[in-house]
Amino acid sequence: MLFHSILFYVFAAVMFSAALGVVFSRNPVHSVMLLVLTFFQAAVLWLMAEAEFLAIVLVLVYVGAVMVLFLFVVMMLDVDVEAAKRGVSRYAPLGVGLALLMVIELIQVIWLRSREGDVASGFAATPEGYSNTEALGAVLYTEHVYAFEIAAVILLLAIVAAITLTMRKRPGLKVQDISAQVAVRAKDRVRVVKMDAEKKQ
Amino acid sequence: MARFMPDWLINFATWCAEIFYSWPDTVQYLLVTLLKIGVLTLGVILCVAYSTYFERKVIGSMQARVGPNRVGWHGLLQPFADVIKLLVKEVIVPSQSSKFLFVIAPLLSLTPALATWAVIPLNDWYVIADINAGLLYVLALTSVGVYGVILAGWATNSKYALLGAMRSAAQIVAYEIAMGFALVGVLMAGGSLNLGDIVEAQSGGFSNWFLLPLFPLFVVYWIAGVAETNRAPFDVAEGESEIVAGFHVEYSGVAFAVFFLAEYANMVLISTLTAIFFLGGWASPFEGWTILNDFSWTAWLTVGGLHWLFIKMCFFMYTFFWLRATFPRYRYDQIMRLGWKVFIPVTIVWIGVEGAMAWFEVGPWAGLSG
Repeated sequence: MLFHSILFYVFAAVMFSAALGVVFSRNPVHSVMLLVLTFFQAAVLWLMAEAEFLAIVLVLVYVGAVMVLFLFVVMMLDVDVEAAKRGVSRYAPLGVGLALLMVIELIQVIWLRSREGDVASGFAATPEGYSNTEALGAVLYTEHVYAFEIAAVILLLAIVAAITLTMRKRPGLKVQDISAQVAVRAKDRVRVVKMDAEKKQ
Repeated sequence: MARFMPDWLINFATWCAEIFYSWPDTVQYLLVTLLKIGVLTLGVILCVAYSTYFERKVIGSMQARVGPNRVGWHGLLQPFADVIKLLVKEVIVPSQSSKFLFVIAPLLSLTPALATWAVIPLNDWYVIADINAGLLYVLALTSVGVYGVILAGWATNSKYALLGAMRSAAQIVAYEIAMGFALVGVLMAGGSLNLGDIVEAQSGGFSNWFLLPLFPLFVVYWIAGVAETNRAPFDVAEGESEIVAGFHVEYSGVAFAVFFLAEYANMVLISTLTAIFFLGGWASPFEGWTILNDFSWTAWLTVGGLHWLFIKMCFFMYTFFWLRATFPRYRYDQIMRLGWKVFIPVTIVWIGVEGAMAWFEVGPWAGLSG
């Protein structure tokens, strides 16, 4: 148990410093990479809580897909750090307010838990042969099937909406028409002209 | 066996075994696992070394050349000569680059390629971590590999490298989705996320492999795998003719060698995974052919083992080189079209077909309902 606690605090400490690094790093690409590190540490903490499925899915979805797109966008944009700094003072009160709200919520949760006496026992050990994935699937597809389906439909709607917003027909847009390319024949492109030979002047 | 060994050797072995068993269980487990990891890593690296030789020989013969034949017998020591050459070359870090990211980028692409091997069953007992969510682990780690390429492109601070990284990122994100959907079909058929169980589900000879009932998914998975590893004809990330060498244009010496190792380790990995998901992994294609058991010299054919996995892996490696020697590079818009508009619909349709067939217990899918 002591070994577990040491591991937990080491990973939590790395996660905490990486999260701070995301905020304080001057280079947006470094921020994104530190956020990736934060996600990895969170996944490890979930692994220690024996939530293997959630941990692997966190890496798969957030690190493998979402953060790749983030990195993609951040690399393409030339972020002006000076302009961003000017924004900090404007939005500081709002940010501090939100942070305080979250801290209060966290303290409340931890305080309530500690009154019920759940905290001291650590992570509950799962019985032998218990499969995380199966247990989650069994609940997701029976008890919460409507919520699950509705969430899926909302996500699909968001995808369709995002594509519709960006796919506007603007003048001068160049697109490949594959069927036209395939259907091209030599006589469409080359014209053989028959003419008499001309005499040298 | 024992009578061929001298007494002192037997005594030494017993002595070692006694010491080993006197240690606590945790230490024993740790030692065995470390040994397994060491053997597997060495095996993968040797496979990588000889696949470069294999590639040059295959492409050489396809282009009516001899390939490497100077170092060692028939050029068999060529990979080691190449490695030594790369190790002694100077590593140049561009002055305007982001140095830390420039150095860790090759490691970021090599680590996932090697770490994925942890869950891959080489035969019925050799697997480092026999975890329940093995297939998800494979998907998660292969999707992390793209960071090395993107960071290398960005940290180099060169337009060519950045272009290569952009192309690679877009391509890998597109083909990962088709790959994931193809694996959904495999896990439906196998009824498990554990790679060992997926292989077990395909036991019983060639006809029980997922190759035939999941044929469209197999084709999609294999081609998406070629695209994921940035190999020809999907090698626009390197694209020698237009962007020099793409993301690794400024890498030299050991740093380049690590990228090279990662690319080939990924190829070996994709070949092995395709064999495990669709060709029965380490199972023998002749399992259950009782006629083969009648003769002593054919009986070994029906027994599964590492050698079958190795043969299947070699076949797919050969296909990688075959594709490289025979196909011209895809145009970028064609790659995107193939990934999004052909592969993803094909996989979705086939998952639907598979579900319906399993539900109504039709044809070869009857047993797949699990």
